[in-house]
Amino acid sequence: MKWIDFANPTTLDEAIRLLSEHGEKARVMAGGTDLIVQLRVSPERIGNADLVIDGKGIPELNEISFSKEEGLTLGASVPCYKIYQNPTIAETYPGLIDSASLIGGIQIQGRASIGGNLCNGTPSADSIPTLIAHNVVCKIVGPGGTREVDVEDFCTGPSRTILEPNELLVSLHFPAPPKGFGARYIRFIPRNEMDIAVAGVGASVQLDEKNSVIKSARVALASVGPTPILVNEATSALVGKSPEDESAISKAGQAAKSAATPINDMRGTVEYRKHLCDVLTRRALNAAITRAKGGTIDVH
Amino acid sequence: MTTAYEPNVVLSTKEYDVVGTRPIRHDGVDKVTGAAKYGADFYASNMLFAKVLRSPHAHARIKSIDTTDAESLEGVRAVVTSKDFGNLPWTYERDQVMASHKVLYKGHPIAGVAAINSHIADHAISLIKVEYECLASVATVHEAMKENAPILLDDLRTEDDLGNNSESNTNVAKHIQYSTGDIEKGFNQADLIVEREFNTATVHQGYIEPSNFTVNWNQDGRLHIWLSSQGPFEIRGDAAKVLGIPVSNVKVTPMEIGGGFGAKFSVFSSPIAALLSKKTGHPVKVVNTRTEEFESSTPTPGSYLKVKIGITKSGQITSGQAYLAYEAGAYPGSPVGGGANCLFAPYDIPNQLIDGYDVVVNKPKTGAYRAPGSPNAAFAIESIVDELAEKLGMDPLNLRLMNASKSGTRRSDGVKFPRIGCIEVIEAMKSHPHYSTPLKGPNQGRGIAIGYWMNGAGESSITLTVHPDGHINLVEGSADIGGSRASISMMAAEVLGIPAESVHPSVVDTDSVGYTSGTGGSSVTHKAGIVVYQAASDVKLQLLDRAASIWGTDSNSLEMNNGVISSTSNHNLKISFEDLAAQLNDTGGPIVGRAALTTRGPGGAFAGHIIDVEVDPETGKVAILRCTAFQDCGKAIHPSYVEGQMQGGTVQGIGWALNEEYFMNEDGSMANGTFLDYRMPLALDLPMIDTVIVEVANPDHPFGVRGVGEVSIAPPLPAVANAVYGATGIRMNRLPMTPASIANITK
Ligand SMILES: Cc1cc2nc3c(=O)[nH]c(=O)nc-3n(C[C@H](O)[C@H](O)[C@H](O)COP(=O)(O)OP(=O)(O)OC[C@H]3O[C@@H](n4cnc5c(N)ncnc54)[C@H](O)[C@@H]3O)c2cc1C
Repeated sequence: MKWIDFANPTTLDEAIRLLSEHGEKARVMAGGTDLIVQLRVSPERIGNADLVIDGKGIPELNEISFSKEEGLTLGASVPCYKIYQNPTIAETYPGLIDSASLIGGIQIQGRASIGGNLCNGTPSADSIPTLIAHNVVCKIVGPGGTREVDVEDFCTGPSRTILEPNELLVSLHFPAPPKGFGARYIRFIPRNEMDIAVAGVGASVQLDEKNSVIKSARVALASVGPTPILVNEATSALVGKSPEDESAISKAGQAAKSAATPINDMRGTVEYRKHLCDVLTRRALNAAITRAKGGTIDVH
Repeated sequence: MTTAYEPNVVLSTKEYDVVGTRPIRHDGVDKVTGAAKYGADFYASNMLFAKVLRSPHAHARIKSIDTTDAESLEGVRAVVTSKDFGNLPWTYERDQVMASHKVLYKGHPIAGVAAINSHIADHAISLIKVEYECLASVATVHEAMKENAPILLDDLRTEDDLGNNSESNTNVAKHIQYSTGDIEKGFNQADLIVEREFNTATVHQGYIEPSNFTVNWNQDGRLHIWLSSQGPFEIRGDAAKVLGIPVSNVKVTPMEIGGGFGAKFSVFSSPIAALLSKKTGHPVKVVNTRTEEFESSTPTPGSYLKVKIGITKSGQITSGQAYLAYEAGAYPGSPVGGGANCLFAPYDIPNQLIDGYDVVVNKPKTGAYRAPGSPNAAFAIESIVDELAEKLGMDPLNLRLMNASKSGTRRSDGVKFPRIGCIEVIEAMKSHPHYSTPLKGPNQGRGIAIGYWMNGAGESSITLTVHPDGHINLVEGSADIGGSRASISMMAAEVLGIPAESVHPSVVDTDSVGYTSGTGGSSVTHKAGIVVYQAASDVKLQLLDRAASIWGTDSNSLEMNNGVISSTSNHNLKISFEDLAAQLNDTGGPIVGRAALTTRGPGGAFAGHIIDVEVDPETGKVAILRCTAFQDCGKAIHPSYVEGQMQGGTVQGIGWALNEEYFMNEDGSMANGTFLDYRMPLALDLPMIDTVIVEVANPDHPFGVRGVGEVSIAPPLPAVANAVYGATGIRMNRLPMTPASIANITK
C-alpha cells in the first residue's frame, strides 16, 4: 500500500518551499476532484505523487474579488459554487457561469475549482475555452517570484501546462467587461450531464456602442486537439462585421471546423467532432451576441 | 368539458382490501436509513481480501503462469489458478470461472490472490507473470460466422433442434428453427412485402451494486457464501458443481441486493474465493470494480436480425420470416430462443419461419437482462410494422389491433396463448390522451411500439408463523430486487384479513427455507403469490380447526372474514384472529402454515409505449419529451412497485436505444468500461415516465398476477426509433442510435 503525505500550508512561501523540496512528487490540490481520482486510478499520470499540498489554507488562492475598474480576481482554489452563488459575478460574467455551473454536478461544484480545471490541463476541460474567450491572465508564483501568462498559452499538451514543478497557479484575472461584451460556453455531450465534452466552444464578442459592429471576438475550442484551441481565423472572420451578419458567423463556424484537429475515439469521430465545432461555434457566437446586447438566453 | 389529466392510472378489474393498495414497503426504513446490509457490507473476523487477475487480451493461449513473486509478497496469504481445481474435468462453467489454457475475452479470470487487505492483493496480482500467445478475435456475430473465422472453443459443434451436431469446428453453438403454416404461400398472399436488417450492440444491465462474494470454506468441508444474488439456490447448485462438492455442503446467504436485472445469477468469482478460503482457512471476500463488472460479468448480446413481413392491402399480416443471430459471449447460451419466442408474439401470423443462431464471440458470456432476447426482436419487428402502417396509410395502432394475438393464437414456438392482454394494452394506448395530443413543433416525432415477454414460474417455499399478537412471520427464499417482500406480505395479509403491516417478511439463507428458484423471469410475485396463498390458507384452516376445538363445534360451520373467525350457525361464537393468536400455546400449540410448490402458468405479458422525441437537426441529439408506458400486469398487487418496474424497464430500454454499447477497440477489448463512457440515461435525460397499468387477470393465479418486471424494456427501442423517424424521416436500423448516426455523419 502506498502512503501519501498531506500538507496544509497557510502562506504562498510555505507552499513554494514544499514544492521546491519535493519537485514532481508534490501536487497542489484545489478541490481534488481530479487529483484524488488520479491518485487512486492513474498515479503514474501525475508522477506517482506522494505529497498533496492543500491550497485551501492559502489566502491568495481563495480570493474572489471584483471591481468595475479592476475586473475579477479568482483565486485558483475557489470552488465553482462560490462563483455562481455570487450575484455580482453571476450578473457580470454569465459566460463564466456557463462553465462553473456545468462542471460535474452540484456535489462536484462544491469542491471543483476553475484553477484546478485549468491546471489539470485536459483538452476537454470545460472552463478553459471560457477563460480564453474572456482574455484571462494567469498569475503564477515560483521560487523566482511572480509571472503572468495569457491563458491561451497555459496548456502545452494533453495534461501538460507551462507550470514548472516548483510553481503554482495563484489566481486568474478577468478584465472588467465593457458595455457590449458578451460570452457563452456550450459543449456537446450525448446526455445532459456527467459527461466529457465531445466538443466544446467558448466564444465572446465585443460590440461597439451602437451594437452594430463586432470590434473584437474570440472563439476557443475544447476536446478537439491536444490542447484547447484559440481560433484566430474566427476572429478575423468576425471583426468589423455586423453582429447580424449570418455569413460572418458561418465563416467563423467553418474556421473553427478547420482549426480543429480531433482524434477518433469512443466519444466521437474526427468528422463528427469537426462538424460539432461548426455548429457549436455558430450557436455560441449568437448567444454571446445576444448577451452583448444586454439580452438573456435560455441556457438549457 | 375536459376532465383533468391524471398520471399513473390503474385500469383495475377487481378490487381487494389489501391487494392493490400502496403500503410502505417492509424493508423501506432500513433502505432509506442505510441500515440495510448489502453484500459488500458483510464482514467476518479474520477475513482476507481477494483480487482477481484478468486477461488483458480478447483471445490468447496461456503459455505459462508464474505466481512466485505474488506469493512471496508480504501480506499475501494465498494464490490460486485453475490448477487449484485439482483433478476436476475441464468444463465451460469451470473455464469461465478461471481460464486454464486459453483466455476468451478481455477480463477473463486467470488467477486469484488473497491478502490481508485489498491494496496488497491488488499489488500482488500485478506481480503474476503470464505468458500469452495472442490469437485473432471475433467481436460480432458477423465476424464469428465468417468462414475461416478464429475458433473460440475447439470442441464446439453446431447443435440443431433434434440434437444433431455439425461435423466441423464452428462458433455457432446452436441453430433453432420455428416453422408454422406455409411461408411461401403466405408471401404469395401478400400485397406488400418488407424485408429489413437490424444490428444491435452488446449492452450491460448497469446495476448500481457490483457483484460481491464472501466465502468461508469451513474445516468440516462445508462452504458458506454471503453474496448479492438473484438466485441463492442456483448459486448453491452451481458453486457445488464447479467445486465438485455435494450441494448439501453449500449454504448461501443472500444479502440485500443493489440491482441485478438478470445478471446476478452467475457464480462469478465465488469459486475463486472458495479455493482461496480452502487454502488459507480464512473467510475470503471479493468485490468487483465497475470495470471488472463491465468486462467480465454477463451483459446481454449484440445481435443481427433480418426480418421479412408480408401483408395484404387491407392490413392483414400473412407471413413472417426471420433470421436471428445473437452473441452468446465466450460460451454457448445466448437468449436467441427468447428472441425467437417474442419476435412475432404480438401478432397472429399464420405462416412463419424463424431461424435462430447462438454464436460465441470474444466477449464475456452473456446473461439474462430483462426479457432476454425480446428487446432486440422488438426493435426489428416493430420498426417494420411501423413502416408497413405508413406504407398502407393506416394508423399504426389500428394495424396492430387488427393483427393482435389473443387467447388461442398459436405462438411461434407452437404453444397456444392462454388469456393474454395484447388487445387491451393496444386499446389503452389508443384511448390515452397522449396518443391524441398533437406534437408541438418541428423536429418532433412520436413513436409507438408494443412488445411481449413469456414470463417465468417455478419453485417457491414459504412458511408463515403466527405470533401471539396476531402478527405473522413470513419466511421466504426469493431475493427481493423489486419490492417483492411487500407484495408477498400483502397477499398473505389479504387471505388472512389483516393489515399488510402485520406481516413480517424475511428472505433467508438456503438452509432455512425450501428450494426457491431465482428472482428471474418476472416470476416472484407469481410463484410466491400462489404459494403464499396456499400457506396463508393453511394458517386459516388451522385457525378454524383451533377455534372449532375451543368451541367444541365442527370447523365446517366456521368461517374467517376480515380477520374475524365466526360460526355460521351460532352468532355468539366469534373471535378475532388477534385474540385467538394469543391463546394458541394454551390450546394445542403454535400454528405454522406452509406451502412449497413448482408453479406453472405465469401468463405472458404485453407492454406498449408512446414516446415523443425532439431531434436536434444539426447535432442529431435526441431529447425524450414525453413517454407513456402501458402494461398488462394481470393484477398489480402493489401498484407503486409495478409502476417502478415499468419506469425502470423503460429507462433501460431508452438507454439501449440511444447511447449504450460495448465500444470495442481494434484489439477486441472493451474501450468504455466505466459509467463515464458507458452512457446510461441519467435523471436529466428523461421526463417523468407516465404509466398505465392494464389488468387482464391471469386465470392461473389466485389474484390474477402476471410477471411485471421485464417486458417494459422491449418496446422503447423501436418506439424511440419510430419517433426519430417521425422527426427526421430517417429509419434507424442500428443500435445505439448515436447522435452522429442520426445526424448521418457516420465516418
Ligand atoms: C464526477 C465528476 C464529473 C466531472 N465533470 C466534469 C465536467 O463536466 N467538466 C470538466 O471540465 N471537468 C469535470 N470533472 C473534472 C474536475 O472536476 C474538474 O476538472 C475540476 O474543475 C478540477 O478542479 P479541482 O479544484 O477539483 O482540481 P484538483 O483535482 O484539485 O486539481 C486538478 C489538477 O490541478 C493541479 N492544481 C490544482 N490547483 C493548482 C494550483 N493552484 N497550482 C498548480 N497546480 C494546481 C492539481 O495538482 C491537479 O493536477 C469531473 C470530475 C468528476 C469526479
